[in-house]
Amino acid sequence: MFYIHCPYCGELREEEEFHPKGQAHIARPEDPESCSDEEWGDYLFFRDNPRGIHHELWVHAVGCRKFFNITRHTVTYEILETYKMGEQPRFTAEHPEGRPSQDGVEPAPLREGVRA
Amino acid sequence: MSNVATFDTRTEAKIPVESPLAYSYRRSGAPAPTGKSRVVLRERPFLGHLILRGGAIVLDEAVREVLGVSLPGEPQGLVQDADGERSVQWLSPDEWLVIVPGGEEFTLENRLREALGDAHFAISNASGGQTLVELEGEAARELLMKSVIYDVHPSQFPVGKGVTTVFAKTTVILRRPDELRWELVVRRSFADYTYRWLLDAGDEYGIGVKG
Repeated sequence: MFYIHCPYCGELREEEEFHPKGQAHIARPEDPESCSDEEWGDYLFFRDNPRGIHHELWVHAVGCRKFFNITRHTVTYEILETYKMGEQPRFTAEHPEGRPSQDGVEPAPLREGVRA
Repeated sequence: MSNVATFDTRTEAKIPVESPLAYSYRRSGAPAPTGKSRVVLRERPFLGHLILRGGAIVLDEAVREVLGVSLPGEPQGLVQDADGERSVQWLSPDEWLVIVPGGEEFTLENRLREALGDAHFAISNASGGQTLVELEGEAARELLMKSVIYDVHPSQFPVGKGVTTVFAKTTVILRRPDELRWELVVRRSFADYTYRWLLDAGDEYGIGVKG
């Protein structure tokens, strides 16, 4: 058993409460009607299978029931970070040691789910 | 006020109602608490459970106005009114559970709807779908340690905290309203399972059931 940090609950919770939902950051084609079969097939069925850093969608199924993203290393299984929907990962294949902050200006986090 | 159809889910007084555990009491029994009981279980049936969804700021304003308590904005927060009869619990960034004495929920729902006006929100009455089980006594925490995967040590689980977590093979909302009591909000369909699990797990502490 291990712990996963839920960015919405703001604490470490048992892995048993979570469920993986596949690759993250899959953008739906903006105009599906004008997609070629290949483009649409890629969007629906084809997923990356990298050796190294992978961004995944997880859900805190027993808990707050929110979807969020995990950056995970597929060789060591290490979870490098978890971040909310709409945010960008800090650890990527180009920046395995963490993306340098852009002149100290972090992109404004989206307050998803809280519409006020 | 929006044009949502609402109705009072409580039946007329002449129609008998049964708690979700009525069947379990008949089938599995309810051992009376004795002097040796280190944990005592008590069901609080027929309370009003409302699920509020929407933006924290808008809901906070309405809940303050109607219930007189502030909405817990921090994750895992649980607030109660002065006499501990009414509580609001954080469930998710846009979802809260309100528990009030039975019979108050329909009035509360209507008053909240009025206070919220045209805001973007949803209120659903979950009273029939879940029940509240209380655990009290010195061994209550030990019993929970055997049953839930969440860390219930006081340093991790102070008074005024509530989490949704895994209990045995089901899920419960676990909350700690004060130093002595733990509350489990269980789903109706899992109430019997939860009850029997608690009786079995609490056997070594001489668990008693208060009627």
